[in-house]
Formats: sequence, C-alpha cells, structure tokens
Amino acid sequence: MTPVQAVIAKELRGYFVSPIVYVVGAVFLLIFGLLSYLYVGFAGAQAIQLMQMQGGVAQINLNDLVFRNLFASVRIVLLIILPILTMRLFAEERKLRTFEFLLTSPIRITDIIVGKFVSVLLIYLGLLGFTILVPTVLMLFSDFDWNPIWTGYLGMVLLGALFLSVGVFASALTENQIVAAFVSFGMLLTIWLIAGLGSLFGDTTAGHIISYVSYMEHYDHLVRGLIDTSDLVYFGSGLVLMLFLTHRVVESTRWK
Amino acid sequence: MIDVHNITKRYGHHTAIDRVTFSVAKGEVLAFLGPNGAGKTTTMRILTCFMPATEGHARVAGFDCTDQPLEVKRQIGYLPETPPVYQELTVTEYLTFVGRLRGMTGQNLTAGLDQAIGKLELGSVRHRLIGNLSRGYRQRVGLAQALLHDPPVLILDEPTVGLDPKQIIEIRELIKSLAGSHSVILSTHILPEATAVCQRVVIINKGRIVAEDTPEQLSARLRQSEKVSITLKTIPPDCDMKLRAIPGILNVLPGQAGGSFLLECELGRDLRDEIARLVVSSNWGLLELRTISMTLEDVFLQLTRHEDHLTEPAEAMVGTSAERTDA
Repeated sequence: MTPVQAVIAKELRGYFVSPIVYVVGAVFLLIFGLLSYLYVGFAGAQAIQLMQMQGGVAQINLNDLVFRNLFASVRIVLLIILPILTMRLFAEERKLRTFEFLLTSPIRITDIIVGKFVSVLLIYLGLLGFTILVPTVLMLFSDFDWNPIWTGYLGMVLLGALFLSVGVFASALTENQIVAAFVSFGMLLTIWLIAGLGSLFGDTTAGHIISYVSYMEHYDHLVRGLIDTSDLVYFGSGLVLMLFLTHRVVESTRWK
Repeated sequence: MIDVHNITKRYGHHTAIDRVTFSVAKGEVLAFLGPNGAGKTTTMRILTCFMPATEGHARVAGFDCTDQPLEVKRQIGYLPETPPVYQELTVTEYLTFVGRLRGMTGQNLTAGLDQAIGKLELGSVRHRLIGNLSRGYRQRVGLAQALLHDPPVLILDEPTVGLDPKQIIEIRELIKSLAGSHSVILSTHILPEATAVCQRVVIINKGRIVAEDTPEQLSARLRQSEKVSITLKTIPPDCDMKLRAIPGILNVLPGQAGGSFLLECELGRDLRDEIARLVVSSNWGLLELRTISMTLEDVFLQLTRHEDHLTEPAEAMVGTSAERTDA
C-alpha cells in the first residue's frame, strides 16, 4: 500500500466511523428521491392534461420533463451538502494537532491532498451510485433515452468533484469546521452567481468570458446531453487549480 | 547525527530562537531543558522539517532539513507536544496507518507493529478506539508511533507528560535503553528526568542556549563553594568557632534541624576528613556528615531565573561549550 492509498483508507475509515456520511447520505438520497417523485408527478399530470386536450395516448418525453429538471435541481443540493462532507478534511487535523504529524511524516504534501480528495470523491461517487436506482425503476414503466442520462451523471460527477475541491481548499484555510463549510458554501454560491453577471453583459466577449468562469453553463451542456471538450477542460482545470491552491495554503502554514 | 548550526526563528518581530547551535552524537541522549516558551518546541519543529528556520541550518543524519526534508523525515521518529492520534481509529489501525505513511509493508510492518506495541505495553488495548483511551495510553500510542519504524533519531517533546509515576519510570527506562543505538533529543521541564535519562543537557531560555554540558558538570561549574552538612548529637557553644578554625572553611551556617550545620568550604577542597576528625576528637557525637551537591534544579533556576547576575557565567559556559564543539 502506497502512502497515498494509506491516506485514502484512513480518511474513508474516518468518514464511516463518524455519523457524517450516514446523515449527509440519507439527506441527499431523500431529497434526490423526493425531487424525482415530484418531477415524475408533474410529468404524469402533464400527460393527463395532454390526453384530455388531444385525446388518445400522449407521448411525454421523460428525458426533458424529469431528468433534465432533476439534474438541474441537484446542483443546489450538492452546493449545500458537499461542503459538509469536505469540512473536516484539514480543519479537523489542525484542531486535533495531527496536522503537524502529517507534515513531519515522509510523505509529500501533494500526496496528502490527493489522498484526502480522492477519499471524499469516492464517498460522493458511492452516494451517486445509489441514485441510479431512479432511472432504473423508471425504465420498468416507460421508455427513454439513456444517453443524456449518462452525460447528466458525468456532469454530476464533474460538478461534484469541482465542489469537493473547493471544499478541500476551504478546509485547509481554518481549524474550524463550521467556518470551512461556510467558506466553501460562499465560494460555490459566488461562482454560481457569476453566471448571472455574465448574462448582464449579454452576447459580448466580456459576457462570454465571465460566463465561462461559472460552472452553470458547462453543467447545463452536459445535462442537455452535450459533451464538449471545453466543458471537460473547465472542470478539470478548475479542480486542479483548487487543489494547487490547497497545496499553497498547506505549504504556507509551515512558514507561519 | 544531529547538527544544528546558528539557527534563528523569527515570527514577525518576535524572535523565538536566537542563534542556537548544538549537536548530538550517534547514540547520545540529549535533554532540552527550559521554561515554557523558551523555544524548545520551535527547535524541534525545525529539526523535524515542520517549519523552516529563518536563518542558519540544521542537518539530521547528514541530510539538510531545508533541502532534503523527505530524507530527514525518514530518519526521525517524532512525538509532538500533543500525541498526534486519530480518535476514530483503533491502536492497531492507527499504527498501521503510520507505518504505511513511512513506506513500511508486509512483514516489516507487522514486526514493527508488534515490537512497538510490546515495548509500550499496548497489547491489552490494541483493538480499542484511541478516542476511548486515557491520556496516559494516548501518550504511549504517540510514543509507539515515533518508535514504529525504528528510526536512528528520536525527537520527543515532553514524552512523560500525562503519565502516572510508574509509567514515567517505565518510559524513562525505555528511553535509556534506546541510548547507544539511537540518538534522542527530549524536551522536558521536569529536571530529575533530564538527570535520570540524559547524558547531556542543553538549557535554553528565551530562545538562547544558556548552558550545555553533562548534568554533573553543570552543577559543578555553577557551584561557588563546596558544601558539607553535618549533624551533631550535642551542640557545645564553641563548636562554631572551632569549625571555622579548620583551614579552608569559609562559613558555618546553622542547618534546618537542631544540631545540624552547613559548612561552606573552599572550592575544590574536600575537608570531610578534617571535619570528621575534629568532631570525633572533640566528642560532639557525629550523627551525619555528607557533601551537598547542587541539583540540576538549582542550576536550572540559577540560569533561567536570575538573569541579571547570571549573564556572565552563562556566557562563559556557552563559550566553553562552543570551544568544546570546535575542538
């Protein structure tokens, strides 16, 4: 087992011993289930309306009516929930004075950060895995295209990974877990709102640049079933940037 | 094994340690003594590459702390002030994690684990969560962590804090047993610990080394006169005068108990024989006669408390220790 794997294993163990994963997981899956139920309900109501207006059996598009809405709504759930998962990663080490031990172990700071990030990413992927149940169950009763669902899941994975990297960064800033969660929540919300700022500028170069910074547009593409390299580059580079900044923050604590 | 040369650490305008120089030979146990806030922990953090020095350089086992931190960290077992334990892990899980961080695998790891658990008598709690263990056990888990990979250099920041007296003795024995094969630096403000365990003592105060030597030499150097305490059965009125008449006796002071006296003699002269002869021939009834050596505690207090009149001997001592290192 390499040192990075050791960090991952230790972090996973820490997550499952504490109630955090169970509480966050339960809330996430509950809300995901509720949202699915609501959107399926709306779609059903719409179908009945269509039938009454047109007569006969109405064809409704579950991809548009359920999944796109569902994936769009999940953003806000992730925004609130993922900072709770990441807040302990570094803040707790500082609080319990194990940070000094980690930094005096013969392991590179990069390995520590990657280990911690991968562990929380695995937890998130596990949670996301449960949600596959929703399209699977719907498949039994209706017919829809799985491709946009897979891109939607890719979008959730990438968006989640970006959120988690922001959370890891925020956690490295402080020894207070609440502060860490709040800082990452604030950062994520700010980046969200930048999209609105971009639309104020309209169809100009400045507008495009500002919109590019926000994850909204990139995520929307994936939810709509569009895989664009520039979106993948956006998520990849954003994630690397946040982890790099985390490295700087951890490194700088040694100089204080 | 450890070479510290002129390291200085400043936090803003505050100088935590100021031009500290010392070295530790292979197999030597060195005590770092000083009041709280003297700079012991800062020095240790620089040696373990947790933080870099503002000036000067430190080398451990031939590796530079600034340029080759990973190599230095591999050579060191470090116990920080607060034992660095994860409460959500069991003792075995924690030590396994520590071993893996240090690149130990398979047989190597299992052997190291069993040895560390054996040495610190953690066998009965090895499957318990660290969060449920007492302070003393956590401290021992912290020590086990430092010893796990059998490093050539051990840096222990107050290793016996939180332990009960029996455990303190056991840990001291353990540290003593490491001498010879390991170089150890331990910081403490418990003076008997330094005398009991260490071959050499560095006294640090306000970020500067004020003395460095063996515990015996330190007390000998700071002693201004030899002191002999005697207790007599009867106290004749002229005994004070007769005692003073012995050549070399500087002063006779009444002791704490009835019949006891404290005699100050010229430095470097052993007058016990003369004193005994006088007392016996005068038939005063000699109940006790012993030399009083200065304890490390006295030395420490003299060096760190009364700074004003101490700058001279302190500097003289640093001078001699520097000469010694140079030689």
